[in-house]
Amino acid sequence: MALLDVRNLRVRFETHHGVVRAVDGVSFSLEEGETLGLVGESGSGKSVTNLSLMGLVPQPPGVVEADALTLEGRSILEMSDEELRRVRGNEVSMIFQDPMTSLNPLLTIGRQLTEVLEVHERVTRREARRRAAKGLDDVGIPEPEKRLDQYPHELSGGMRQRVMIAMGLLCSPKVLLADEPTTALDVTIQAQILELMKSLQESHGTAIVLVTHDLGVVAGMSDRVNVMYAGKLVETASAEALFESPRHPYTAGLLGSVPRLTGDTGAALDSIPGSPPDLAALPGGCAFRPRCGQAIDRCASEVPPLHVLGSSSSPRRTACFEHARLGGAAAQGGDA
Amino acid sequence: MTSPLLQVRDLHKHFPVGSKGLFGRPAQMLRAVDGISFDVHPGETLGLVGESGCGKSTCARTIVGLHEPTAGTVMYEGAEISGLSRKERAPYRRKIQMIFQDPYASLDPRQTVASILAEPLKIHYLAKPRERRLHAMQLLDAVGLNPRHIHRFPHEFSGGQRQRIGVARALAMEPDLIICDEPVSALDVSIQAQVVNLLEELQERFGLSYLFIAHDLAVVRHICDRIAVMYLGKIVEIAERDELFENPQHPYTRALLSAVPHPDPKIERTRERIVLEGDVPSPLDPPSGCRFHPRCVERGRVTGDRCVHEEPALGARSACHLPESADAPSPAAHT
Repeated sequence: MALLDVRNLRVRFETHHGVVRAVDGVSFSLEEGETLGLVGESGSGKSVTNLSLMGLVPQPPGVVEADALTLEGRSILEMSDEELRRVRGNEVSMIFQDPMTSLNPLLTIGRQLTEVLEVHERVTRREARRRAAKGLDDVGIPEPEKRLDQYPHELSGGMRQRVMIAMGLLCSPKVLLADEPTTALDVTIQAQILELMKSLQESHGTAIVLVTHDLGVVAGMSDRVNVMYAGKLVETASAEALFESPRHPYTAGLLGSVPRLTGDTGAALDSIPGSPPDLAALPGGCAFRPRCGQAIDRCASEVPPLHVLGSSSSPRRTACFEHARLGGAAAQGGDA
Repeated sequence: MTSPLLQVRDLHKHFPVGSKGLFGRPAQMLRAVDGISFDVHPGETLGLVGESGCGKSTCARTIVGLHEPTAGTVMYEGAEISGLSRKERAPYRRKIQMIFQDPYASLDPRQTVASILAEPLKIHYLAKPRERRLHAMQLLDAVGLNPRHIHRFPHEFSGGQRQRIGVARALAMEPDLIICDEPVSALDVSIQAQVVNLLEELQERFGLSYLFIAHDLAVVRHICDRIAVMYLGKIVEIAERDELFENPQHPYTRALLSAVPHPDPKIERTRERIVLEGDVPSPLDPPSGCRFHPRCVERGRVTGDRCVHEEPALGARSACHLPESADAPSPAAHT
């Protein structure tokens, strides 16, 4: 049984501008110790997918539906608030993008860390403090005892992000949802945090869902990658296969758009024309069609389903009618 | 070689921090830019890279005159422009334009695109009132926007389109030099590529020079001819693009290049990484000697404690006590 099983997840928000389908029929599963990358542009539904796994989508205005949304066989959708509280921070925890706004500026680091332990494990204050200090030490924060009495503003951005990670890992969760965990950080600090997440994953066996728009980060961290566009999953494959031969024009476009540290610099980047669509007014058929160079007549009238491709040992799926044609001209992004 | 368009010499910009307390205690000085020199040649793109707080943006703002330099000079076509009065500066302000990072904050939400683009023309008397609109429409066309959208407001455009408006506004002055301060870092990848391509195309078409400030090294590699790497208010290395990426000299440049993840799992999972320890120190109290010494992994190769006491000067290429080597390990050259 998969650790996390998501089948046909749909999240919509009823707004003044109409119904926004932020997530529209997304399915995937997550195994123990695995890292799943979730890639897409702003507004593609990555973060909302993550929030719904935590039961954190505000309802109303949001409406979350799914054929299945289960953690070790238990349905997240049917959990009471009390049950959800027990799961959050304990079995499933989350690291947010911006450590400045997601830590409470009025409480010391120590208070924020020990609270997690006191709520979930009913340990004494002294024991909680000891474990909090150990947690900070694990994520490479020097002088952890001293840091416990400091406030978030006294720490640098990289330190605050480490505190977020320490907090996320205190109760040894089974699933860590990391939403752009390094986007706000400089590259040298990002490298530290990614190394840290990998080593903690090895020692704890945590499964990670990594939401990011940085294809380099995904390449280094993920076992499998889900690519989202306008609320839908458009391609899913192992990281190697995806980067080597993208089978959806959007994935190929994304890979072509990224400037690289190696190879030719003379040519213009293969940008994707146009901009991401307005989710409240999606075009009929395939949502990517207006920006797609491969579109055929059929794309305007029918939404392409996820086709299963590849062998059973490395299954991959793509939502494109023309995937066979792409398979031939696959090297678009793999010139490094 | 042609004479440089822009010459920056020993530029310093320090900011007093904290008020002079009740007892007149002198304020601390934040040394944002602390003695940097470089040239930008006509038609060239010079990249300025470094992490947050290294002084890239302050440098840009000091060059365009948004800050007064604490010391040092900025020269444009051989004439000193730092220290000029507002009025004396006016003709140069036209020649050096700027594009900002945040396309949401750098356009006035209450002005239409027509008035955003016509205003600089009006201020600098560059076109008669009836010509301004036509001029604005041509500018929109040049940056790939529909000229018919000239009466729209910024909120009616997406982030990438707004950044195009920012580019059009800079172009309105027919500048020689555009200072681009993180022009693509707020944009999604696919849109980022569009704006990078646009900047390259405009450079070719109008013979522009760019000072391109960014923290994304892959973008910088794509667009720049030469690159200066900054750390805590100083330039630690400056070199031609390919030289810098294939044979980085300064240990900080090597670490910075090594930290960039490659969008290719085969490279990303096997390459050696230099992971720096700790954070960038505060520019309020920079380390003694070489500012990078507390985080430097190659400090052991320098005999004695020279790195702690003696500040290395920027030589032909890099500011490090280590001798320059041709066979330095290159984290980027993996092909």
